[in-house]
Amino acid sequence: MTPSAVASPDWQRIRSDFPVLRREIDGRPIVYLDSANTSQKPESVIDAMASFMREGYAPINRSAYRLAAAATDAYEGARSKVARFINAARPEEVVFTRNATEALNMVAQSWGRKNLRPGDAVVLSHMEHHANIVPWQMLVDQIGIELRFIPLTDDGLLDLDGLSALLDGARVLSVTAMSNVLGTINPVERLVAAGRAADCMVMIDACQSVPHGITDVQAWGADFVAFSGHKMLGPSGIGVLWGSSEQLELLPPFLGGGNMIDDVRLDGFTCAPVPAKFEAGTPAIVEAVGLGAAVDYLESVGMANIRRHEMGLTRYAIDSLRARYGDDVVIHGTDNVELRGGVLSIAFRDIHPHDLSQVLDESNVCVRAGHHCAKPLMRLLGANATVRASLYLYNDRSDVDALVEGLDGASDIFGL
Amino acid sequence: MPGLEDLYREIILDHYKNPRNRGELPEPAISVEGHNPLCGDEITLYLDVADDVVRDVKVSGQGCSISQSSASMMTQAVIGRSVTEVRAVIRRFKSMMAIEEDGLEATDAEISLGDLEALQGVVKFPVRIKCATLSWNTLIQALDEAG
Ligand SMILES: Cc1ncc(COP(=O)(O)O)c(C=O)c1O
Repeated sequence: MTPSAVASPDWQRIRSDFPVLRREIDGRPIVYLDSANTSQKPESVIDAMASFMREGYAPINRSAYRLAAAATDAYEGARSKVARFINAARPEEVVFTRNATEALNMVAQSWGRKNLRPGDAVVLSHMEHHANIVPWQMLVDQIGIELRFIPLTDDGLLDLDGLSALLDGARVLSVTAMSNVLGTINPVERLVAAGRAADCMVMIDACQSVPHGITDVQAWGADFVAFSGHKMLGPSGIGVLWGSSEQLELLPPFLGGGNMIDDVRLDGFTCAPVPAKFEAGTPAIVEAVGLGAAVDYLESVGMANIRRHEMGLTRYAIDSLRARYGDDVVIHGTDNVELRGGVLSIAFRDIHPHDLSQVLDESNVCVRAGHHCAKPLMRLLGANATVRASLYLYNDRSDVDALVEGLDGASDIFGL
Repeated sequence: MPGLEDLYREIILDHYKNPRNRGELPEPAISVEGHNPLCGDEITLYLDVADDVVRDVKVSGQGCSISQSSASMMTQAVIGRSVTEVRAVIRRFKSMMAIEEDGLEATDAEISLGDLEALQGVVKFPVRIKCATLSWNTLIQALDEAG
């Protein structure tokens, strides 16, 4: 079972666990509001990786000496932690990849090329990240499949009214659990049920949801779930593809090489069992250890606590921006914090997002300005770019206040 | 850290708020689209060249203060000049943006950039160099198409 989290965490102490957030630039603290992009790392993750490299580093799955056996245990231990964290039925259902992008591509290529025929339909949504669009568009070129997109409502939710018509005759449903632009949290279980009813393979891009709330892949019941380590306090360079045992057994390997084989002869090869079958080459060993430590850290705080903390902060941010700027600020997506995470894409007084983020950087407020790798969604919003402020467990009201205050500085410069 | 006043100079904000030569040109003027993949900005540049002279340039589209003011000042700097002179202005501007390119000629240093000198501060904000050069790269493409 998961280690028990405290009832009400000490958020101030949690913030102090993140060395980058203790730094100052030009004598002022860093206001990090870009966690939807990538998250900061707690001391415990940094220490786990450093001490593994200092004391425990060795190859995995290859050598008989004790140091190597212990390294293999550390790597597999991380797999078990991740499995428990997302409530996977068994650790073998967790495949380590480089990031969510690689996991999504792996399924599109390996599953898609095996199962999809010209004319087959794949259903995505209008709020997907490029990582869940382009791999399928590549199959449009390679196989001749058809893509369909679930539309959005005016307040940025999936418009599910026409879902069964869209799914009619489709082979795949692949949707994000949470939008990285709008913050919208999608009803995954309902989507999976609809996909199942239409005999679709169902994949969930959980890149934005896993870091911020409880994930139960068994309750979701999808075929595949993809996410990245770096957005959940872990290092960059490691991600996860969860697949049901049934699907992973059937899935052909993606990359070929060492570690993924059982036997190789001049006339062919046989695959290693799942999950090694999908982990060709020397994997991200140190990063896996770091991801395991990140999971430990998140569990010690408690995912329900994190979600509650972020809901409160999101409410505070929306209310503060509105109170100060009224109609001069546009916050994309729904106002209902039950239905959204702490991702706020905003437009402010006709000031270009690039200029806004430049001015905010003056007060060390770190936000993303751009299209957020979701250009089809941006076109729908009628914006080339937005400023996106995103929240995590280490943020507090002072960060939101700095954002609100910083916007005023932009008004001054641009005389608006 | 360099101050924002180095970036957002008065002239720049003026060209941003009142862009010169905005709009479109009818065919047979050449039109070329330019994108900044980093921030999603998109512009279209229209170029009218005849007898080796840049007779008119117009720019439409969206962008930040740096990309829009740079485009506005660029049009003023190139309209009426010979294609050879325009290419020299481009080289001079790019070298001000710290972009190393082959073919910089000794005489380029003597070219005055006028208002465009105000964009010098952009070099201190490396991520914004792409904004400042968007319209220039689009102009190069258009000139190449014009032959
Ligand atoms: C919803 C969503 N999917 C996929 C990705 C891709 O993640 P990565 O770049 O870690 O592969 C992101 C990252 O921004 C995302 O927000």
